[in-house]
Amino acid sequence: MSEYLILIYGDESKLSNPSPELMGKMMKGHEDFAKNHGASLRGGNALQPTGTATSLRETAPGEFVVTDGAFAETKEALAGYYLIEAANLDEAIAIAKGIPSPNGGLEVRPIRVFD
Amino acid sequence: MTIDVETAVADAHRREWAFVLAATVRVAGDIDLAEECVQDAYARALAKWPMDGIPVNTGAWLTTVARRRALDVRRRDVRFDRLMPMLAEPDVPALPEGRNATIPDDRLRLIFTCCHPALSDEAQIALTLRLVCGLTTNEVSRALLVSESTMAARITRAKKKIAGAHIPYIVPSSEQLPERIDAVLSVVHLVFTAGHTAVSGNQLVRRDLVERALDLARMLRALLPENRGVAGLLALILLSDSRRDTRVDANGRLLLLSEQDRVKWDRAEIVEGVALVREALGSRPPERFAVMAAIAAVHAEAPSWDATDWDEIVGLYDLLTVVWPSPIVALNRAVAVGFARGPQAGLDAIDELSTDPTLASYSYLSSSRAEFLRRLGRYAESALAFEEALAFCENTVERDFLMARLLETATLSEGS
Repeated sequence: MSEYLILIYGDESKLSNPSPELMGKMMKGHEDFAKNHGASLRGGNALQPTGTATSLRETAPGEFVVTDGAFAETKEALAGYYLIEAANLDEAIAIAKGIPSPNGGLEVRPIRVFD
Repeated sequence: MTIDVETAVADAHRREWAFVLAATVRVAGDIDLAEECVQDAYARALAKWPMDGIPVNTGAWLTTVARRRALDVRRRDVRFDRLMPMLAEPDVPALPEGRNATIPDDRLRLIFTCCHPALSDEAQIALTLRLVCGLTTNEVSRALLVSESTMAARITRAKKKIAGAHIPYIVPSSEQLPERIDAVLSVVHLVFTAGHTAVSGNQLVRRDLVERALDLARMLRALLPENRGVAGLLALILLSDSRRDTRVDANGRLLLLSEQDRVKWDRAEIVEGVALVREALGSRPPERFAVMAAIAAVHAEAPSWDATDWDEIVGLYDLLTVVWPSPIVALNRAVAVGFARGPQAGLDAIDELSTDPTLASYSYLSSSRAEFLRRLGRYAESALAFEEALAFCENTVERDFLMARLLETATLSEGS
């Protein structure tokens, strides 16, 4: 058996304020998906919009430039991920700085919590 | 009586806004709710103080009212706690009782949250003016020369990021402090420079912004008395501001440092600034604002333009180039070299920088070249350089100055 990461993309302008119909349809769709493929699922989350993202680039060993927003990739491609738990963004950034990311960078994006 | 109350409320707004909001955020757990409660508290002050009298400690009165209101809203909306738990303290501190009750000073938390590096630079300045200085969105938009709707969207987005990404409402740990305080100082410095030389418009100085920057720097100085970067920034602002009454003549024409009437420089600000520079330079290596302030101090202490110690200034720029390398610093250094070693040396130093893309559209590069060319008697080239400078300059006062210089050098060029 092999493991795969499935990434979900969407137009944030349409997803940020979805109509109750669209929201209901999406929730139902994900519930159905989880039911149908429960045996294959190892985990999954909705992400908060890119407006909540923070990006890091290591400019010199141990020195990071922290910027607001999603990682602006030019030739870099998504290369891996960690799911972490932290008290707040400062702690999350401090943890992220321990991840090797030569020739690229990191994006710290909060997971969406549904109530 | 009513006038007294209005003055007292306006004064409390100016002096206590950050203190009241910062203390209320901790109870409200959310910046938006805290802002609403604080605005409400100021409105109540206008209604109650004419009857009850102006309290001795206006900040404590406003804080108590705002925090009580925040607690009421939270008790009514239990769901709120589940949605917005992140900024709140685990246990809500008891409301202070009586006049002399001490309220913990949370202004540093507020400043560090507003100037968090995970927020864009524009958002940091906007939030600082809105939340720490208490300016309305409309005032912030006018201060930063963007439309009110753009500014409203920017502030909303920044607040959403603080809540959504869980930017903490804390003072950074001692190992993070140097990096984080630098971000705060940069924001205050940007507020100052935006006011000291307005980018565009028909006034050279935006007095409102300069005063906000001075208030912020003084607040930081009171909250972080040991920090040399803070001392340096406050010194820089005081020393630059000491020249405020001499930077334009009666007709609004720009006056160069060499033309300014030094008798009219603000001695009190200079004395305070120079003392702060001495203290700020105590760290090794010195902070960038301390070095910038030291340069301003050399000018402030020179009895006349001709008596300026240019070798000292070049030496300080050399130091600044090490602690804060930037094309603008390099340009200022080149200009100082011109005054220390003659116009040809200055021109050579500037021409070394002319290929820097950051400076390509910077009017001060062209205007500095033009000045040295003029002093060398190369009027035609000088006129051309003044024309270039005009193409990149949007401040009316500065444009008038450049235009006068262009006419002068063009005339001299025809005569020669």
